[in-house]
Amino acid sequence: MTVHLSRRQFLSASAALGGGLLIGFTTSPSIRNAEGAAAATFTPNAFIRIGGDGQIVLTMPYVEMGQGTYTSIPMLIAEELEVDLKQVRLEHAPPNEKLYANPLLGVQATGNSNAIRGSWQPLRQAGAAARTLLVSAAAKRWNVDPASCRAQSGEVRHAPTGRRLKYGELAADAARMPIPEKTELKQPKQFKLIGTPAKRLDTPSKVDGTAVYGIDARPAGVKIATLAQSPVFGGRVKSVDDAKARAVKGVRQIVRLDDAVAVVADHMGAAKKGLAALAIEWDDGPHARLDTSEIVGALEKATLNPGAVAQSIGNTGKAMASAVTRVEAAYQVPFLAHATMEPMNCTVHVRQDGCEIWVGNQALGRAQAAAAKTTGLPLDKVVVHNHLIGGGFGRRLEVDGVTRAVQIAMQVEGPVKVVWSREEDIQHDMYRPVFFDRLSAGLDDKGMPIAWNNRFAGSSIIARWLPPGFNNGLDPDTTEGAIDLVYALPNLHVEYLRVEPAGIPTAFWRSVGPSHNVFVTESFIDELAAAAKQDPVAYRQALLDKSPRAKAVLELAAQKAGWGKPLPAGVGRGVSVQFVFATYLAQVAEVEVSKDGAVRVRRVVCAVDCGTVVNPDTVRAQIQSAVIFGISAALRGEITVKDGRVQQSNFHDYQVLRMNEAPRIEVHIVSSTEAPGGMGEAGTSAITPAVTNAIFAATGKRIRRLPVANQAAVA
Amino acid sequence: MPHTLTVNGKARSVDVDDDTPLLWVLRDVLGMTGTKFGCGAALCGACTVHVDGAPTRSCITSVASVAGKKVVTIEAVGETPAGRKIQQAWIALEVPQCGYCQSGQIMSATALLAAKPNPTDSDIDEAMSGNICRCGTYVRIREGIKRAAQGSGNDKKGA
Repeated sequence: MTVHLSRRQFLSASAALGGGLLIGFTTSPSIRNAEGAAAATFTPNAFIRIGGDGQIVLTMPYVEMGQGTYTSIPMLIAEELEVDLKQVRLEHAPPNEKLYANPLLGVQATGNSNAIRGSWQPLRQAGAAARTLLVSAAAKRWNVDPASCRAQSGEVRHAPTGRRLKYGELAADAARMPIPEKTELKQPKQFKLIGTPAKRLDTPSKVDGTAVYGIDARPAGVKIATLAQSPVFGGRVKSVDDAKARAVKGVRQIVRLDDAVAVVADHMGAAKKGLAALAIEWDDGPHARLDTSEIVGALEKATLNPGAVAQSIGNTGKAMASAVTRVEAAYQVPFLAHATMEPMNCTVHVRQDGCEIWVGNQALGRAQAAAAKTTGLPLDKVVVHNHLIGGGFGRRLEVDGVTRAVQIAMQVEGPVKVVWSREEDIQHDMYRPVFFDRLSAGLDDKGMPIAWNNRFAGSSIIARWLPPGFNNGLDPDTTEGAIDLVYALPNLHVEYLRVEPAGIPTAFWRSVGPSHNVFVTESFIDELAAAAKQDPVAYRQALLDKSPRAKAVLELAAQKAGWGKPLPAGVGRGVSVQFVFATYLAQVAEVEVSKDGAVRVRRVVCAVDCGTVVNPDTVRAQIQSAVIFGISAALRGEITVKDGRVQQSNFHDYQVLRMNEAPRIEVHIVSSTEAPGGMGEAGTSAITPAVTNAIFAATGKRIRRLPVANQAAVA
Repeated sequence: MPHTLTVNGKARSVDVDDDTPLLWVLRDVLGMTGTKFGCGAALCGACTVHVDGAPTRSCITSVASVAGKKVVTIEAVGETPAGRKIQQAWIALEVPQCGYCQSGQIMSATALLAAKPNPTDSDIDEAMSGNICRCGTYVRIREGIKRAAQGSGNDKKGA
């Protein structure tokens, strides 16, 4: 592949501090376009720095939360630059929305499984451009044709004479070379790193306790605070009696806010003890009587009226009229907490003239902006130190925790680390929204679907988080997985109604829109297969002639799972297939249901086509991870609200899968040279219907409301 | 009141209330942040340390109760044969993802391997089910323990 470059449009090289080579590039189409139009100053988005010592530094715009991005992104650079992965060192990018905007989101954020998708072209191009400059510099010094030189293992070699120069020795010269007009990207068959299982760069520090997460930040003199926030969202502190708390050894200060109270202490033990000794009276505010049933009821009612048309193909009304069989169903999914293993925390030092923050966050620019807004300081007076993230899953795309910690820190002399208890973390999360879906379909005389209607209601995260992304009552996330189905459906009509649950904040949750939509669509297609008395795999196959990649993963998963082979009583197989996050994924779950309704997922077989695979071991790890995450939610995940209060509080009543319940998981990767798809979340949306369809196969019970809980029990 | 405890072979003195959980003494008073806070109620295992060799949830273990006992944390577990094998297996199989729970997982797995050099699947279920991993690394944790156990089988010094 040949990529044409021009200085203004795309890439710049300049002398880096210390005489090295600095390559800047933009990954943002919007910036690139504006640049081309205005032909003005070029603002790079990320940086490669090659020092005189040969050290290659990648300023990393994506944050590491377990998804392996600290390894897979450097692989793209290292591949084209012809260096060993170990030679690339990472620096966290500082908050800067202009420089480090995610090309697919338009803001500085790590999410939506898109780091590799967004970086695939620009990072390889940046590596290739740097390589080209280094080769040119060597050729000039040797006075030979650049075509007779090649880059390899961090040096430029001239084969005819055997001469070699290391990158570090060439960096200063390369920085003065004119930008190449074209840069050759490698062909897939030339890849040395991409497609091979690279060792993760962050693993050693994660097995010996040296990895530093936000909660581990310890600026000199730091105090520890923990907090109680109004148990009802929107409530207020009425009164606080802190006499007993102040008497606790190690307690230094009680901070009272409008809607929260924090205890500042020498250590978390004292802070927790102090908090428990506080007598706080709350004014519960307008949501004092809020109940989950009220929220679900409002959604159900909303779906009686038309919504915004997300997709309409053919004429479902007409097709429905000629249908031989009609199938109708209503589905609903609950609020879910993120329950990251690292509880919410943020360390802040507010000074007269500035503010310093230590945190692990998926949206650093927003963290900085939140602190600036709360303190009233200019943006450039807020310094944010990012850290490894002990689980994101969407929770750390939000900066409510930063705002809260800054509010507390503004009343504290010196740095303070605010740590949420697990109870506060779960009861003041921002939740995966409740959705209610109403579906109907019409089948022809062969049982095949000729009409598909889906109308669903629930919260739009995008409308709050990225308002320009919400247009005409729709956004691309909330509808993903409900529209653009893999199946050939001649008549399809999908409507969405945005209904926000007053009193409960909602947020992205691993696999976002598809977390709910794929459960619904893949369950309903299974219902249609059952209504047609057809095998669930065969039924789907028949609808996938125009989607060969979806068909291929479905067939591979079914074959590897032994689809159709006899199973003991009480055991069933269920299947799902999806195309979301630009990745094709099929799963077959094998589930055992006991008479009392206990569900055990025994085995999960996954077939994935995510286009070009960068790090296959990470693809496997992410699917294993996403499957477990999804099973936790499918079987038991549910946040309920009574009298305005979230009822769950810790891992005893917000239960997640444990070792003794974890299934065997097999991952089969389809080889492909297509552009890469996202891998962090796809496994979560796919597993839910695979499990519930398997429950149907085992028991005949169709699960239309999550979580499964004890619904599979024999009545 | 002052308490003297032995952490990773060193005598340490801290002046905190008797009922202060060991977790906060380690993290906030002694500055050893490898041991993690997850739930504060012995429900997740992230805070697991060894007290006289036994896997112990430090979030509900008072500092007073470990007086005169030997506390070993993730920072030093690699100095034991079982701990070293577990860490090596974790690296070989790329077990961690976000990594936050892995200190606790490694402490539990090391205690298991030290007690049972060839653990069965049900031994692993029993020893490890108190440790939650939200990244769902259970498949690799199980493999990691088995791999470390095979290593110990070849090592005459044992676990």
